[in-house]
Amino acid sequence: MSIICKINGNDTEIQGASDRRVVDVLREDLGLTGTKEGCGAGECGACTILVDGEPRLSCLMMAVQLQDKAVTTIEGIGESEALHPVQEAFVEHGAVQCGFCTPGMVLSAVNLLSLHPEPDRNRIRRALSGNLCRCTGYVKIVDAVEAAARAMAEGSKP
Amino acid sequence: MKQVLLPRSMNDLWAMMHDLPDAAVYAGGTDLLVKMRSGLIPPKDLICLERIQALKGVMVHGDRMVILAGTPLSHLLREPAITRHLPVLAKAITCLGSPLIRNMGTIGGNVCTASPAGDTLAPLYALDARVELASETSVRSLPISRFILGPGQTLLETGEILSAIHVEKPHPEAIQHFEKVGRRNALACSLASMAAILRLSDGGIVMAASLAWGSVGPTVITCLEAADWLIGQPLSMDRLTQAAAIVQKAVCPITDIRATADYRRAVAGNLLLRICEQKMGNP
Repeated sequence: MSIICKINGNDTEIQGASDRRVVDVLREDLGLTGTKEGCGAGECGACTILVDGEPRLSCLMMAVQLQDKAVTTIEGIGESEALHPVQEAFVEHGAVQCGFCTPGMVLSAVNLLSLHPEPDRNRIRRALSGNLCRCTGYVKIVDAVEAAARAMAEGSKP
Repeated sequence: MKQVLLPRSMNDLWAMMHDLPDAAVYAGGTDLLVKMRSGLIPPKDLICLERIQALKGVMVHGDRMVILAGTPLSHLLREPAITRHLPVLAKAITCLGSPLIRNMGTIGGNVCTASPAGDTLAPLYALDARVELASETSVRSLPISRFILGPGQTLLETGEILSAIHVEKPHPEAIQHFEKVGRRNALACSLASMAAILRLSDGGIVMAASLAWGSVGPTVITCLEAADWLIGQPLSMDRLTQAAAIVQKAVCPITDIRATADYRRAVAGNLLLRICEQKMGNP
């Protein structure tokens, strides 16, 4: 049985994987290793992906659940020569240390800013509360998301 | 290879459940898939409910509300009917898991998992919710307090799913309160939680009280004696303190890796005192 979906804008057909987890299909079959597996139990958020724009845990989804869906992984956010403003702000503000949580953090932040372009720090903390970081203490991550919101507001001015 | 099926309609679902009677049915997967991966549940064929639109949404018929069981928790928070009429439930959902868990997990899943720490359960008990159980050929309904038997145990039968939750809107002026105590705000199992719905007269006399505690017994504990102690009296710190002592005798918490039984018992009573703090501004 094949699964048809869109991954980072590309029509994709996944073969023979209905009983595998989405995180395994992304990493092992499709080589999209930006998505990380931390706890494998829904408690760390390292495996966050966007499914039809909504953050979900790819460790707790079976591949068949991708059928007809549009998936965005961290590889679909920005490009190495032209980072997304959220990625740019993470670099600028030292919001990345070991980097393991970063893909999930960035995707949760991108989703937040698409819904709330001017979030306060509380809203940012709540939006990222499912993504654990063991290095930074979160302050620099929240700083980065605030800065990204400002940069995106500037960028969208005519 | 195990099968994972994605029914699009109730008819699809019944046909698949008929063909695979041993399959596990899940909606968000935030509980079942974790247990299966850790080996607590043996591998099974799976049927995922997430694409069945007939299981999603909230309906209001006069004073009655129907919450369809497959509605993701985060979607319930976007339903004005929930935030307006059932703030006790909305508050509980706000502190359930994390944004990611709430995008995936459903209210029906939280009920069927029947964890003593399930965050939506205490509000649903306080609301006297009824669960609707559907099979291919029948629909039955029973109070949630009868449906849940113990940790992970319910009256759900093979071939049945939890299809909806029915509640009556509380009085528009009722005080609706929920609080959960855990190690951190997000992604923490509750150590104790309490849902309370109280109606006061214009003179401040408690006319009705419905109280329910989570994580302090094998199922949610509703302490009628404590509610009775409050009813007919002005809502005061003294009265709540006496009711809290009754609650502390009624609960039967366990000691586990998260907290001791004594701590949970103390917190269960103290949570009641917060009603006064938060609603009367009179600590």
